[in-house]
Amino acid sequence: MSAHVSERIPTRRQAKPSSWMDTVVLIAGILLLWQLSSWALGTEVLPGPARTLTQLQREFADPDFGAHLAETSKAFAWALLIAVAGGIGLGLVLGARRLAGDVMEPLLIALYSIPKIALYPIILLVFGLGISAKVAFGVIHGIIPIAIFTMTAVRNIRPVYIRSIRAHRLSPWQGAMHVLIPATVPEIVAGLRIGFSLTLLGTLLGEMFASQRGIGHLLMLAIDRNNPPTIMALALLLFLFATAVSIALLRWDRHLRH
Amino acid sequence: MANTMPSNDALSKRGRVMGPRRYRVALLRSIVVLLSIALLEVASRQAWIDPISFIPPSEMALSAWTLLTDGAYREDMMLTLSSATASILMATSAGFLFGLALFKLPRLRRVLDPLLLSYYAVPIFVLYPLLIVLFGLNRWPLIMLGFLFAIIAMAVNTLNGLERVPQVLLRTARVLRMGKTREALLITLPASLPFVFTGIKLAIVYSFIAVIGGEFLLSGAGLGYQIAFAYNNFDNATMYGLMFLLLTFIGAINLVLHAVEHSLYQRRVIKEAV
Amino acid sequence: MAEALNLVTESPTPAIPGTHVAIRGATKIFAAPGGGTPLHALGPITFDLRQGEFFSVVGPSGCGKSTLLDLVAGLSAPTEGSISFEGTEIKGQVPDGVAVVFQEDASFPWLKVFDNAAFGARRNGLPENEVKERVEHALAFMGLSGFAKAYPSQLSGGMRQRVCIARAMVLRPRLMLLDEPFGALDQQTRLLMGEEMLKLWRETGSTVMLITHSIDEAVLLSDRIGTMSARPGQFIDIVETGWSRERGSETAMDPKYGALQSKIWSVLRNESLKALGA
Repeated sequence: MSAHVSERIPTRRQAKPSSWMDTVVLIAGILLLWQLSSWALGTEVLPGPARTLTQLQREFADPDFGAHLAETSKAFAWALLIAVAGGIGLGLVLGARRLAGDVMEPLLIALYSIPKIALYPIILLVFGLGISAKVAFGVIHGIIPIAIFTMTAVRNIRPVYIRSIRAHRLSPWQGAMHVLIPATVPEIVAGLRIGFSLTLLGTLLGEMFASQRGIGHLLMLAIDRNNPPTIMALALLLFLFATAVSIALLRWDRHLRH
Repeated sequence: MANTMPSNDALSKRGRVMGPRRYRVALLRSIVVLLSIALLEVASRQAWIDPISFIPPSEMALSAWTLLTDGAYREDMMLTLSSATASILMATSAGFLFGLALFKLPRLRRVLDPLLLSYYAVPIFVLYPLLIVLFGLNRWPLIMLGFLFAIIAMAVNTLNGLERVPQVLLRTARVLRMGKTREALLITLPASLPFVFTGIKLAIVYSFIAVIGGEFLLSGAGLGYQIAFAYNNFDNATMYGLMFLLLTFIGAINLVLHAVEHSLYQRRVIKEAV
Repeated sequence: MAEALNLVTESPTPAIPGTHVAIRGATKIFAAPGGGTPLHALGPITFDLRQGEFFSVVGPSGCGKSTLLDLVAGLSAPTEGSISFEGTEIKGQVPDGVAVVFQEDASFPWLKVFDNAAFGARRNGLPENEVKERVEHALAFMGLSGFAKAYPSQLSGGMRQRVCIARAMVLRPRLMLLDEPFGALDQQTRLLMGEEMLKLWRETGSTVMLITHSIDEAVLLSDRIGTMSARPGQFIDIVETGWSRERGSETAMDPKYGALQSKIWSVLRNESLKALGA
């Protein structure tokens, strides 16, 4: 979320205990809310935490599950790689060339607002019904925010840094390595946090729409067959995964901002 | 996604691109768009891409026009529009209040921080069966999908806006002995308006995305559903026509929001001294 | 009000021995972005900066003082005329032996104070033990030894500017250029920083050119002060203070101090009015 760098940083010792307490309270709160909702709505409709965990174990025990997990992981990994590399590359170019950036910025934002899910048929028609289509789904969701964040990071490099590069007579390579990249990394990482979540979402949606394998497909089956325990189990799995990575990236982000 | 769009920071830092350069930029942009469409047109007609899978944009436009004038899909379009509108109204009001709450309770906010990003990683559509149970087999599950998808973006941006009201303005309010409500109405709200507007913009965008996406995957009516239906029936002409209408519609909304946002920022945000 | 500007031009002869930087008819004209009338920002300036002197430039806002510093530093090239540093002409390239302290804080937030100060020396390929020695000395000199492992975000504005000065000092420059480095600081900090600059100047023996809008700062610290006209900036007057090298805050008690200030302000006041109106 928003990082307020201007605030004086409390000593590390102060920050830790309160944040652990907060997390514990949060988790307890969520579990409580979940259990209460389950009782209120009926456990067949909304399975409680315990039931969901048992179901998750059962899913993992299923011999086919591994293959589904592998399929999704493979597609997601590829999509993430392309979205990150492509997004950062595009963002760097558009950030460095002022005119290009000005021209493309509203176009990128417009593309971002399209319900990409409505474009899925086109992707399927162009890529066919295989893993490359899934990768494409993931990429189109994640690449734009990463590009936009990177572009903004480059454009917002303080002019005094550029002048410092020249005042120190650094070569372009030295300037990029020692000043430009360290200056832009924090904001690029912020873009990566969002890009990660969205790429995952895109890959899953692709599997939900048009695939016979993968976690997304299992999810869609469960929805069609109205199988709440499986829906909850898979949703929980995805949620835990995304949260874990999100926290890790958040930590890295904070570390970079000193 | 939940964050403020980074471009808004860029806007407030650089201000509006002024003068003759603005026209050059707009011109180049139009050229880029037209060239891309032209390229797709040629690619399709020359069969560089399979012309059955991807029909030329001109035919898409033609199909779109036919569908629009026929009126066959008018009901579906109205359905989608009404559901999205309901979602937007609910998400902006509740989202604003939620953002306000987060502002007043910083502890809550700190605690919820990491969750807000994983919120967007799980397809919100998994809640659909639950929502059907809660609301019945009507449009409400879809509206609620839109609501849940959009509310966070609105809340986060409201929060951002409230946080960015310069302290000195609030102290001025106290010196002038303004009451809490007057301060909120006359100072806090106007000062945070650009960010709140960003939240509204995102709430609109996300509501459409969730509603149309939901129709696409799960529902039996609406524009999204008709696109999926056409796809499943190999009716590419209709499918592309409907997609074209959708894109044009979203594009138009975007332009309007963009223009309003630009003028808001021009007058309301003090640009940093160059 | 109608008195003609008495522009100072030293005779256009080859550089006098003891000249560190020779400026000959330097002018800077900026092309207008939209294709309008070009902006004549500075000059022509003809001036000799003496070896080892502490020279200040005062002038109204927008007169081109910072542009002059950019030209002398080699950060920008003159549209007309020439600038020579130690006998060699600089054409928009920063020469070796020059260090710049900017108006804005140029400390890198991703590096600790120590690494910030070491930055220039390391990029120049100095061996690490030499770097360490110089940085430790510079930080001690600037009173930052205790903060070597801190990050700039944990320091106040004044301290960050001291980090930038330390970074310049580590380079052992023969010419130090300071572009209103104390502009963002409060008066008391400014006075203290002024004293530090004098210490630095005495210790290193380098030539110092300071751009400032504060007349008392200029008079207190400098050997010579150049007063600049409103845009396009040219030197109207150059006064010698005649202070000893060991000057300090007690210089303000000298009767000549007040006289110099009045003299400079009487010239500057008109130019400032022009700048305000323009």
